[in-house]
Parts: sequence; structure tokens; C-alpha cells
Amino acid sequence: MELFGMIITGIGTIFLLIGNLGILRLPDVYNRIQAGTKCTTLGAFLTIIGVGIIQPAWFWKCLLIALFVLVTNPISSHAIARGSHKSGVPMCDRSVVDKSKEFEEYKATKATIKIVAFKEKK
Amino acid sequence: MLKKNVENKYWVKNFLYLFFFLIIIWLALTSTFQWEELIVGILISFLLALFLNKNYLKLGFPPLSIKRIAVSIVYFIVLFFEIIKANFDVAYRVIHPKMPIKPGIVVIKTGLKQDIAKMILANSITLTPGTFTLDIIEDKLLIHWINVKTEGLEEATKIIGERFEKYLKVIFA
Amino acid sequence: MSETIILIFSAIIALGIFLSFLRMLLGPTASDRAVAVDTITTTVVALLVLLGFVFKRYVYLDVSLVYSVLAFVGLVALARFLEKGI
Repeated sequence: MELFGMIITGIGTIFLLIGNLGILRLPDVYNRIQAGTKCTTLGAFLTIIGVGIIQPAWFWKCLLIALFVLVTNPISSHAIARGSHKSGVPMCDRSVVDKSKEFEEYKATKATIKIVAFKEKK
Repeated sequence: MLKKNVENKYWVKNFLYLFFFLIIIWLALTSTFQWEELIVGILISFLLALFLNKNYLKLGFPPLSIKRIAVSIVYFIVLFFEIIKANFDVAYRVIHPKMPIKPGIVVIKTGLKQDIAKMILANSITLTPGTFTLDIIEDKLLIHWINVKTEGLEEATKIIGERFEKYLKVIFA
Repeated sequence: MSETIILIFSAIIALGIFLSFLRMLLGPTASDRAVAVDTITTTVVALLVLLGFVFKRYVYLDVSLVYSVLAFVGLVALARFLEKGI
């Protein structure tokens, strides 16, 4: 049982590391949110559940924390993405399509493709 | 006030489901079975269920039933496998030296009516491979897609939204 | 024995926090920094649970629960600010 919990915690740890690496590597805000949300949600979920399996007395509280992370993490990243898109943060130059101009709310925003270069400036 | 609510036929059933749900949360938080704690928990759950039940149906949740709970459990299992797939997908894109991404913003449409159902759909889309929800406008969802396969409305709806909507339509019938 | 392995896992997570911290310092726009902070908070919640196991303190679970609630509220407020100012 303890070994099983260890394995789950290890997998979660690796996903957390990959998520944070994605935050550093990917080119623009929206792609960073992709990596940040998905990897950290599953990583934190597996890590906390794994600790709950190693220490069975803590299991229910760990499950509660893990479910809370699973529910709130997409909401907060969705709010940040919407705010940055409305305030006109540009997309990277690899982007192929932006359909948000069809809506009234987004007519005024300045966000267009091909503004930010792919490489970071020194 | 109370009398008018009792006449609603879902009232008692909903109250019982909410009461047991709150007691389970209380047991998870305290993790003990001493009788003092249990009595306090039952009292607090009773009062909270009494207050929450008034606003429960106003929020757009459907009345609880066994069938809906069973479909929700199936939905969560499907969602969990999608999340695992999504993680391997993102991990591949991040670790690959050239980063095979082709991002873009597309529009899909949904047939769901309630706000809560749309919120659950948006959260599920955020956790599944390569997509996340930017905004909800009426019955259209703005989706940021890390690897755009198609730009059309119908095709994108079929690829992204279908697999969750068929479960959510049963739950929020 | 298991404490040692969990401590190594915590070190790996701390390395991840350092990577996001670099993005928070470099980030060209305010949104980049907000996303980095979002990731850091989720990672810290997991780190607190692991440290609670290493030090055998049950209180750390309560700390991480309250921390995640406060981080959620703070990030939503930050997103409102990014959208149109307070």
C-alpha cells in the first residue's frame, strides 16, 4: 500500500515539474495557461491523493483538498485568460486563426496575431 | 415562507440529499466518530440544509435523483481518463525540442440551457486535451486550441464538445 | 525511509517552483506574471501536504486548505483587475 502511494506521488511530482517547465518554455500567455492548468491540476491531485494513501488516517481530508483544487483551478485560469484577452495581450506569431472578432465584446480589443516574436528579447 | 416551500414536491427529497452530502463533508473534515462531534455536525448540517435548500433550485440545479447521480459518476470516470490523456499530450508538447504547437482561437456552440451546466462544460473542456475555454457568450463558447485541426463551427463542435454534452444533457434534462 | 523519498519529491517540486519564479521575473506582460503566480500557488498547496507528511504535522493540511481558498479568491480579483481595472 505504501509503495502504491509512493508511485502515485512520484507521478504527480513529475507532472508538476512538467507544468512548471511549460510555464517557462511556451511562447505566449494562452499556451502557458494550457500547460499551467492541465499539468498542475492533475499533478497536485495525484500528489495529495498519494499522501492520503500512504497515511490512511489523513485520506478524507486529502481527498477534500484534492477535489477543491480540481474544481477551482480551471475557474481561476479561465478568469485570467478572459481578462488578458479583453485587455489585448497579443498571441504569438505561430497562431493560425482568431475567431473572436466575430463578437461585439471583442471588436474593441487590440489582440491580433503576429505581434509578439517567438524568441524572448534579452 | 416555509409552508410555501413544503408544497413543492421536490422539497423533502432535496433536503435529505443535501443533509447527507453535508454530513459526509463534515466527517471528511473532522475524521473522528466521537459522539459529541457527530451531534454538532448533525445540528450544523440540518441548519445549513434548511437554509441552502431554498436557493438550491433557483441556481438552476436539477432536482436530485438516483439516475442523475449514477450518470454523474460515469461522467466523472470519463472525465478522469480525458484528463490523463490531456496531461500526456501537454507533456509531449512541452518536452519536445521544437514544440509542435499550432495555436488559435475557434468558436463552438452548445445546446445546454442552464448556466451551471455551461460552467461544468467549460471546466471539462479546460481539462481535456489541447483546449481551454476563453469566454462564454450566450450559446457560443470561445475555445483556445493548442493544435488547430479545423476552423469550422460544426466540425469543431463535434470534436471538442460532443463527448461531454451527451452526458450533461441527461443530467440536466 | 519513506520520509526521505518524500523529501526528494519535495525538492523536485521546489525546483518547479523556481522555474515558474523565473517566468514571474521575466514575463513581458502582467498576464504572464499572473499565470505564473497561479501555477505557483497550486504547486505550493501540493508542497505543503508533502511537508506535512515529512514533519508528521496534521496542521499543515488545514494550512494548505485555507491557502488554496485564499489563492482562488485573490486570483479571481486579480483577473477582474486585468480585465478593466478595479
